[in-house]
Formats: sequence, structure tokens, C-alpha cells
Amino acid sequence: MMDAAPPAVVPTRRPRTRRSLFLRRPFFTLALIVALGFVLCAAFAPLIAPYNPTLQSIEAMMVPPGGEHVLGTDSYGQDILSRIIYGARYALVIAFFAILIGATGGLVLGTAAGLTTGKVEWVLMRLIDSILALPSLILAIAVIAILGQGVDKVVIAVGISMIGPFSRTVRADVLQVSSQLFVEAAGLMSISRLTVIRRHILPNIAFPLAVQITVRVSEAILVSSSLSFLGIGVTPPTPDWGLMIAEGRGFVSFAPWMSGMPGMALALLLIALAIVGDGIREEFDPKMRGGQ
Amino acid sequence: MTRPAEGHDPQPLFELIEVEKVYMVRRPGSVFSTAKVGLPALDGVRLKIRKGASVAIVGESGSGKSTLLRVLLGLTRPTEGRALYQGRPIDEVRAEGREFARQVAMVYQDARGSLNPRMTIGALIAEPLRHFAICPETDLPARVKALLARVGLPAEVADRYPSALSGGQVRRVAIARALASEPTVLVADEAVSGLDVSTQAQLLNLLRRLQREMALTLVFITHDLGVASYLCEDIAIMYLGRIVETGPTNAVLNAPAHPYARALRRAAPEFFAPITEPLPGEIPSPLDLPPGCRFSGRCDRVQPDCHLSDPALLRFGGPAANRAAACFYPLTESPTAPQKRDIHA
Amino acid sequence: MTDVLLSVEGLTVHRGARRILDDVSFSLGRGETLALVGESGAGKSTIAAALMGLLAGQARVEGTAAFDEAPDLLSLPEKAWNRLRGRRLAMIFQDAGAALNPCYTVGSQLTTVLRRQLSLGRAEARARAIALLESVGLNDAAARMSAYPHQLSGGMQQRVMVAIALACDPDLLFADEPTSALDVTIQAQIVRLILDQTKQKGASCIFVLHDLALASQSCDRIVVLYAGQVMEAGPSETVLRDPRHPYTRLLKSCVIEIGTSELDPPPGSVPGYDDLPAGCRFASRCPRALPRCRTDKPRLEEVAGRSLACWNPEEAA
Repeated sequence: MMDAAPPAVVPTRRPRTRRSLFLRRPFFTLALIVALGFVLCAAFAPLIAPYNPTLQSIEAMMVPPGGEHVLGTDSYGQDILSRIIYGARYALVIAFFAILIGATGGLVLGTAAGLTTGKVEWVLMRLIDSILALPSLILAIAVIAILGQGVDKVVIAVGISMIGPFSRTVRADVLQVSSQLFVEAAGLMSISRLTVIRRHILPNIAFPLAVQITVRVSEAILVSSSLSFLGIGVTPPTPDWGLMIAEGRGFVSFAPWMSGMPGMALALLLIALAIVGDGIREEFDPKMRGGQ
Repeated sequence: MTRPAEGHDPQPLFELIEVEKVYMVRRPGSVFSTAKVGLPALDGVRLKIRKGASVAIVGESGSGKSTLLRVLLGLTRPTEGRALYQGRPIDEVRAEGREFARQVAMVYQDARGSLNPRMTIGALIAEPLRHFAICPETDLPARVKALLARVGLPAEVADRYPSALSGGQVRRVAIARALASEPTVLVADEAVSGLDVSTQAQLLNLLRRLQREMALTLVFITHDLGVASYLCEDIAIMYLGRIVETGPTNAVLNAPAHPYARALRRAAPEFFAPITEPLPGEIPSPLDLPPGCRFSGRCDRVQPDCHLSDPALLRFGGPAANRAAACFYPLTESPTAPQKRDIHA
Repeated sequence: MTDVLLSVEGLTVHRGARRILDDVSFSLGRGETLALVGESGAGKSTIAAALMGLLAGQARVEGTAAFDEAPDLLSLPEKAWNRLRGRRLAMIFQDAGAALNPCYTVGSQLTTVLRRQLSLGRAEARARAIALLESVGLNDAAARMSAYPHQLSGGMQQRVMVAIALACDPDLLFADEPTSALDVTIQAQIVRLILDQTKQKGASCIFVLHDLALASQSCDRIVVLYAGQVMEAGPSETVLRDPRHPYTRLLKSCVIEIGTSELDPPPGSVPGYDDLPAGCRFASRCPRALPRCRTDKPRLEEVAGRSLACWNPEEAA
């Protein structure tokens, strides 16, 4: 009785033969190369950088770009190219760990807020709202004021300031997924609540969360650089872009490369990350994803 | 079979006794007021479903058929009355453990929405197999393959995601998944609507074959009388939260007793027949029910007393006929108004 | 057919590399109703869209469509379309709730059409709008004028759509699955309404339908489509009582009526446009397919009172 019906002719939908993602989206490819370039620079900084980033030299103070110092030197005679390469390290490491804190906190808080009802939900939502009420930079400054300066403190400060936005989007996704029919169907099968969350809800919010992460990486870099720029983030002579921009401020009229070069590096990375994030989101939207 | 009011029957599988379900909703049109009003989705519903029966529940929008389904599945507790499964309240049986969930399986109208898009078809069908411990872990792939074959899908479908399948195939997967737990009752909500006719016919044949082979009790919600007559021995026709007529499908459709059943029967398209005079008016809002019989506002046989009280679902035609209608002036037993036999069998 | 209103010849539509309509020909007399039937992907709605000039820019349209005194609708410039659409050609959509603008009242949507197309004054347009709403069976029409679409039921919305479509007395009305989103008893009302109204105004009507039984009840002529090709066309009595094309017969055998006891559907489903045979597109599922069916496309020929495109037609029933 198993085979009473002839198996229906199924493979009517052929997988569409598509050109490679990289050919179809040249801007995405370019941005990806730039972003990967920054990551490689950060990883192999000691091998790539021509000078020690904190090596000061009285003979070579404020040398314009070109010649021995490709991007020039700053007021202490430190090589700007080397400092930018090492700075990528700080920017990416700070962003990575800050996002880790933000996304984890946001996932826990957002999922909890999305799945609870009544008083618990109210309390969680007010907690998220209170984090969101302050812009990330202000909140980070407040945390720094409590913790003090240093790379690890910046990571924590930026991470905490990211929890609010992450939890808000995670909660929205959880609400949306848990109202779907397949969640009700699982409940109908008397599958336990925790299993439903683990098997049906979390996998369906993982993708939107990944997209959020690509978008928020740039925000984390920007906030951490802003902290350094304000002089309350990492301490000199750490080669941090924000710090470098701040140091060059006073010399902008006659040595514009001191602020300009790290500024351009920052802008380039942020734009590249934004394009990469958009591309990933458009390409892998789960609603458009086919099978196989 | 649907037997309202019968004593000597063996215990029915499902029994609804005067079930009433009222949802509290905001009064429509009030922007600031939070005053709630009761929306009666079900009212005085009596229904018995015998083991092994196939029952079609037919009605238009607002008839309460979806609420009835939620009551049967134990997802909603009736506001009044009792909903029993093998003589015990359904919500109690559901709360006790997995057995009720294993016995009663559901096929949703939106089959695609009822399948997790991030799981392969194989994983989706394996989930109930594993959850109810139907077979040892090592037999899972073979069992999944057998279930796919049973619903007429080739084994390679197991590696795909729901988004790669067509509408008809997704419904087959949903049926395979429902059958995985080896249920005794299959509840299907508009399981063949919105499909091409040839796909619909394939699925109807599949459901009919499965029902016979596996001795399933089938509760089929539909708006299509043709589908009801093809698949189900018994029918319950609902209008605005009440069952207005029940009985064997063929008998009810060939000679409907309730004027609404007749109107539905006539509205169904039929080859080369002239289009019949449609039922006038709209379905009233459940928030604003007419007094007396709910159908009185659209009924062509309405009498003054129809506006005074709501007729109960009463048996007629003797125990053999097994029929009941909620009408003071039913079409088959009215000596005063000899009905015209305008229905071609 | 004495007075031909619309005559479509060799209508072919390409969307990208896909030929979604392949050499579709049919004609329609004044005052007649015609049903385009077929399963999903048959191209029913594409025909309606092409004839309403709604495909410009999305697809390549070939062929001719003579409409009344216009020799070819398909080659008209956009300006000429705007004069035709709404005035001489009108359309009713499947989902009236989505086709009506939720931001405007029913009355303002109706009077806008009247004032713009017929250049009526404000008061005149209002009086005419109320009369139209009454004619489509909206009771208390004057009060309904100030209702927003969401305040009306699905059936009422579809009535308003009919009123808007018929506002300028069009010669040809397209009704794209006008009842499939509605309840059964309301469906009958709307079909009756469309038929009564078009008959009263002497307009022709093209229904896009998937229900063969409904087509037999409501339409004089029928065109059976499969994957963008015409399989069989002719008077609906002739075609549906005695279908000669294997596909028409199959489609008919799948219709469930009350009392149907056996169904014998073919296996498989409508193939995608990427893997269609070069000849007759139904060949891959046809129980009577010959080897030549896959390679040679049969032409529409007059057989037993209808047009038929088949190398191996069924015998008379």
C-alpha cells in the first residue's frame, strides 16, 4: 500500500543557473576586497608595516606624504602608514568584541522580551527602552566614565551601548517568527516550548541577526573611534584612528595628512562594510532563498 | 457520523455538547474606548464524530468553522458547553501528554506556512517521527522515504527546502508530516483549496485513499460542496456560529432541509445549468446578529416567528435517515409549503 | 458571430527568454461573453494584461488585436491607450480590496473616474455615481458614497469595482477571476451582476476563470489555454459538452461537482516555462501524445464547430 500512487513527476522547478555573485555585483566585490584588505592588514600588521608604529623620530617630524614615509609622519615623527595599519587592528578587534557583547546581550534580552508576556515583558521592554533612550556614543561615554580608559574598557562600553538596538530588532524578529504557523504546528504536536524555541524560532532569527551584525560593525568602529577622538577611549601613543585624527587637529592648516590619512582609512572601511552588509542582505534574504 | 442526540451509540470519538465560544473584541469603530464586546464565534454547537467517520464541515467566512476546528484540536477552551474526546474534556486530554497530539494530526490550509523554511523536507518529516518515538533512529531515513512515497513524492525531495517545491507538492509534504505520527484522526483545513484542478483532484484521491487504507477519522473543513461530497460521508453545514444542518452528505445535498443548505447547494457551479437566483444580502456581522434565526434576514421562506426565537438543531426523518436541521420550516418536512424538487441528483 | 468586436491574431508575449504566450488567436463578437480558462501559468491573465496595454516595458508583445475600428491595439502609442482604457476597455480585478485605493472614499474614486473620463461636473458626477452604485445593488447608495473601501465587505467591494468599471459604458470588460476571493453565495451574486450589467449595456465581457463549470454557465465562448498556447476554442456548449482536445477533456474530468464519485487526474503538474517541449506544450503530460507532438506545433484548425490544435484529437463522445 506504500506505492499505490505513482510518484509524481517532481523536478519541474529547475535550479536557476545564475552568474556568480561576484560578477553580478561588482561594487560588492570591490567592497569585499577592500574590507578583506583591512582585515589582512590587521592580522599581519607587524609584517606589513614599514616602521614601528610608536617609533618617534625628531629628524622626521611632519614629513609630507611621499618618499620614505608613504603617507607622511605626524608631529612626533611616527610613520602614519604604519600607525594606520596597526590602527586597523585596534578598530577591528574592538568592533569584533564589542559586537560580540552587544549581539549576545541583545539576543538574550530580545528573545526573552519576545517570548514573555505580561509583567516580565513589561520590565524587559522598559529596560531595553532605557538603553535605547541614550544614543550609543553618550551611553559609551557614560560607561567609560565609570570604568576608566583603556582598550578593554572601550570594548565593554561600546558593547553595552549596542545591546539596546540589538535587542529591539531581535525581539521584533522573535515576535514575527513565533506568530508563524509552523510554530503553532509544533505546539500542536505537543513539542515542548524550549525545543520549539531552539529548533524553530532561533534558526529563523539567526539570519536577520547576522545581517544586523554586518550593519552594526561599522557603528561599533565609529563609536570606538569617536571615544578616542574625544580623548576618553584608548590612551596615546596607541595607534588608534580616532586618536590620530584628534592629534592632527591642531596641525590641519599646514599638515592636513596627519588627520586626513586616518580619516580616509576610517571612511573607506566604513563604506566598504556598509556595501558588503547590504549585498549580503539582498543576496541571502531567506524569503527569496530557493532550495537545494 | 454526526448524530445529534442519540443514546445507544457507542462512545463517539469527539463529542461537542452545546459548545459556545465568545471572543472578547474591541467594539469596532471606537478609537479611544477600550470597552470590549463579546463576539460569539460558536453558539450551541452539538456534534458527534464517530471513529472512522469522514465529516465535512462546510461554511462561509464567519461561520465559525475555524473556531470549531480549534476547539476540536484543544487549542481553545469553549466558553460554555463541553468538548469531549473519548468522553473526556479535550483540553485536559491535550494537557496530559503527547498521546492526544500523536492521535490527532492536522493539515493546515497554508501548508507552506506550517513548514519551517529552514528545515529540509526530510528533517520536517523526521521531526514527528523522532518526537513521538515512532521508529528507532536508524530506521528514520527509510521511514521518511516510505512516507514520501505514500503521498506520491520521490525520495530525493527529502533533501530540498519547502521553498523549492510547488504548491501541490508542499501540501503533499504537509500530509506526509501529519501521517508520520500514525494518527487515528486527520483534521484538514481547506487542504485542497487554491490549487489547480488537476492538482486538487490528485490530492483528493490521495486523501480518500489514505482515509480508507489507514481507517482514519477525517474532519475536513471546506467551503466547496463538491469536495465535501467527494471526500466525506457526513456533512455539517454551519452559518454564523451554528450548525444549521447535518446528515449523510449525499442525502443532505440531494434534498437539503435548511434553506441555507439549499442556497449553498444552488450557488455551486454546475455544468450547463443556468445560473440560479443567488441568495440575497450579505452575511451579517457576528457582532450584530439578527434576532431569532440568524438566517432569517436572507431566507426566502421566512415566517414571522423566525424572528422571535432561534430554532434548535432537531432530528427528522427517523433514526435511519440520521439527519437534523435547525429550521422551523424545513424544506423536506413542510406540509404547508410543498417544496419544488428542482435539484437534479 | 455577426459583429466582431475583438479579433486577436498570433498574440505572442516574451518575458526575457521565456515565451509566456505562444501564437494565441481568438475573436469575440459584440455583446458576447468569453471565458479564458486553464490552470495557473496558462497565460490567462497575461492575455488580459496585453490587451489592456499593461505589459509595456515588461515584456515583448507581438501579433495584432483588432478592436472595433482600431486596426491594432497592440501597436497603439501610450497616449491612445489612455483614451481607450477606462472608456472603452475596463477591468475588474480578483482582489477588489487591493484594487481600490484605501485612502479615498468609494464616492470620490467613482466620481474621479466619471469627471475625468466623461468630463462631468461635480453635481452631475455625484448623481451619476449614486445611480451606478444603486445599479450594482448597493443599498443605501448615497450613504455608501462616503464609505472607505475597508468599511465594505468583500462582496460590496467587488460591486464597487463593477460600478467603476462600468462607469463609462465600456465596449469590453475584462473580469480577472472576479469571484475567486469571495464566499460561495456572494460569488453567485457577483457573476450574476456582471452578466446582467454587461448584457444590459450591450458590452462584451472576457472572464478569466479556472472553474470550467462556471465558464459553461456564464460564457458564450471559451478559450482553453495550456502553458501559453490555445488548445481548443469555440462555443462553450460545443467545447465543453464534447471536448476533442485531450487537455480539455482532462480539465473537465478534474472538475468536482456534487455527486462526483471518481476522479482520474493525470500525474504531474503544469511544467515551468524552462522545460517545455518544442511542439505542443501539453505533449509531456498528454495521454494521447504521438512522437510528432513533441516536435511539431499543431495549428488551430476548424474541427466539429470549434478551433482545435491537436495532432491526435479525441473521438466524438
